[in-house]
Order: sequence, then structure tokens, then C-alpha cells
Amino acid sequence: MQIQLSEADGTPYYLQVANQVKFLVASGRLEPHEQLPSVRGLAQQLTITPNTVARAYRELESEGVVISKRGAGVFISNGVSPLSNKEKRRILNERMDALLTESRQLGVDEATLLKLLRQRSQKFDLYKEVEK
Amino acid sequence: MSEHVIEISDLSRHFGKKQALANVNLSVPEGCVFGLVGENGAGKTTLLKHVLGFLKPQQGTVRVFGLDPVVDPPGVLGRVGHLSETRDLPTWMSIRELFEFTRAFYPKWDPVYAEELRNMFELSLNQKVPTLSRGQLARAGLLLALAHRPPLLVLDEPSSGLDPVVRKDILDAIIRTVVDEGRTVLFSSHLLDEVQRVSDRIAILDQGKILLASPLDEVLVSHYQLTVSFQEPQPFFPQLTGALMWTGSGREWKIVCNGQKQELEAALQELNAEILEQNAPTLEEIFVARMKSVERSAAT
Repeated sequence: MQIQLSEADGTPYYLQVANQVKFLVASGRLEPHEQLPSVRGLAQQLTITPNTVARAYRELESEGVVISKRGAGVFISNGVSPLSNKEKRRILNERMDALLTESRQLGVDEATLLKLLRQRSQKFDLYKEVEK
Repeated sequence: MSEHVIEISDLSRHFGKKQALANVNLSVPEGCVFGLVGENGAGKTTLLKHVLGFLKPQQGTVRVFGLDPVVDPPGVLGRVGHLSETRDLPTWMSIRELFEFTRAFYPKWDPVYAEELRNMFELSLNQKVPTLSRGQLARAGLLLALAHRPPLLVLDEPSSGLDPVVRKDILDAIIRTVVDEGRTVLFSSHLLDEVQRVSDRIAILDQGKILLASPLDEVLVSHYQLTVSFQEPQPFFPQLTGALMWTGSGREWKIVCNGQKQELEAALQELNAEILEQNAPTLEEIFVARMKSVERSAAT
């Protein structure tokens, strides 16, 4: 499991670890039932304290992304969508905020932006067709 | 045993007229990595020397494993691995002699572990201390601090002035120490990105006083950074509660803030300022903002 922590970001490390595990699950790089590294192992790999890793795993467990089996380790849970609706919305909101900021600075109004987005989406579908 | 490995209460210290420590209260829980940060001359080394029993408190108490380090040096130092800022190793010795010499003080010296560390740090037994490079000196000092597997590791500026490879060794050693069940690390550092990476808790020391002592995650989430845009250029940044530091000119400013988010947002709205961006400042940005804020209140 490869996790890249950023020091240029003040987001607590336990959240960075938890978020990245979710993305690895969402992108299929971590599969259901797959075992995660031990708390100590990941702490040494990332040079962060075991407390931080344990907190990330607890966070993931409370959200149902992983299951911790006593004595056996921590595993990706089965079949649960790794990203909750709230999480999906959070990710999209970030992108949309950036888009809105930019379009306002460029003087593009909301109606035009929506029209552009729709056109783009149609084109996107078309490209996908062609690729197939 | 108490769950706090180190307990410091109301510790004060003067050197002549200079107050080096003023009513310091600090607890270090077992099994955590505690980072001590502060500007040069803030009192970090003085505080660590009290923990090690090298200085006697003029006021207040210091307890390590429940013991007074001044009264019971073997009881405390036998369980502590420490690396001083000046890495004062005897200059006439070779690495081999240094091992034998240090080993005599620690009944729990682990020769297998010492040898493992020596190989990892690529130190040769016949090399003499004065011929060691800065990085090798740090590694040798670290080895001596670790080889008796102490339950408490105290490191004073362990990575200042070292190259990234040696710094990585030091951080790895800190992590390896806490990964071994229940062990504790107290270290001071200037390198705030490192402190942010490896610490569970931090304390900021400023002119002998504890400015802040808290779990690192709490420090990080209680501070935030805003980029704001005013409708008119501002010659000076307006006075706002919660704003610790600001940089910028004209219409756009960046502010580092602590708490009081609703009040601050309301105040900005009143000034017709728009929040363009909000992000999480790093520990370094928080530290600088705190220091600027202290300087400002001292100046007024």
C-alpha cells in the first residue's frame, strides 16, 4: 500500500492516511478482504507515530471502510461503497468551488457555465464511444 | 507508576538576571512522541537539562518515572537515552572504546542491537571520534542513546545542521522507539516539518514560558488560513479578533487565524471582504503566526 503524506498541508496526518486509503479503495488499488499493513509497520514505513496510524484505522473502521479482526489484523470490508455520499459531495464540491471561482473571475455567468458543462459532458460521452 | 513519564510543575530558572524558564508546567504521557519547539534562546535546552537532572530546579519540581532526577540520577538516567545538542563525546576515543565506555554505565546495554545499529549507520569500530563527520557524530550519539533500549528518549535538536539522509535516520529511530511498546520520546527541534510529521503532542516555548501545549492534531485543526479580498486596497490590515498574522498588500491578504471563526467571518463581511480560499496551515505557519502575534502584543 503506497501512501504519500504531504507536509505542505496542515491536514492532520491521521486524516491524510484515512482519506488516501479511501481513494485506494475507490480506485480499486485496495480490494475487499485485502489486509492492510499493521499499525506499527505502517508507522515505520511512513515515519509517523503508531498513534496516528491507529487513529486513522479507527476512523476508517467507524466509517465501515475497514474491519479490524482481533489478533488477525485490519482488512478492507466487503462490498461497502468506500465513499459515502457525503464524502463524494465533499470531493465534488471542492472541484465545483474552483470552477465557480474561475468562471466568475472570467465573467462567465451561471447560465453560460451550465450550458458549457452540458456541452462538455456530451463531448465526453462521445469520446468514450470513440475509444470503445 | 504514573501514566505520565515526565511531570514538570511550576518550574522556574534564572541565569543571573535572565529568566530562562518561568513557571513551566508540562506533562509527557507514556508512549507518545512529544515535540518541543521554540526560537533560539527560548529555554528548550534548559528545560531538557532539568529533565535529565543536569540542572537543579530553583523553583518547582521535575519528576521522571516518578523520581527526582537530581536526587536519583541512576534511577532516572539508567532509563533514559539522551542526545545533547553539542553531542559531547570524549574526543580521544575510538568508536569501539566509546561502546565499551558507555556500556559500563548501562546494565541493560544490548550488544546485538548496538552492532545492528552500527552496521546500519555504517560506523567503523576503529574510527576515532575527532575524525567523525557531523552526520557520523550524530549517528554515534544516537546509537549510544538507543543501545540500552531506554523507555525514555530525550533528544536536544537531534537533526539540526544535518543532511537529509542522517535526518531520516534520526526520525526513523524516534518512530522505532515508540513502536516498541510503551516507550516515550521527548525532543526539541527547529525543523517544524519534522515535528509535524512525528509528534503526537507539541509544546511551544517562548522566552521561558509555555505558550501552548496540546495534541498536535488539535493545534492543526484549531488554526486556519484565509485568503481574503477587499473591495478597496487596504494600506494596513484592519484589526480583527482571531487573526494572528497577515501578509499581503492592496486588496488581497492572507491571514492565519485561531478559533473564533464565526466572529471573524462576520467581521470580514462587515468590511465587505470576500473569502477567496480557506486552507489548513502547516505547523510552521502556525508557529510563525503565534510568534508574530506575541511580538505584536509585546510591542503595544
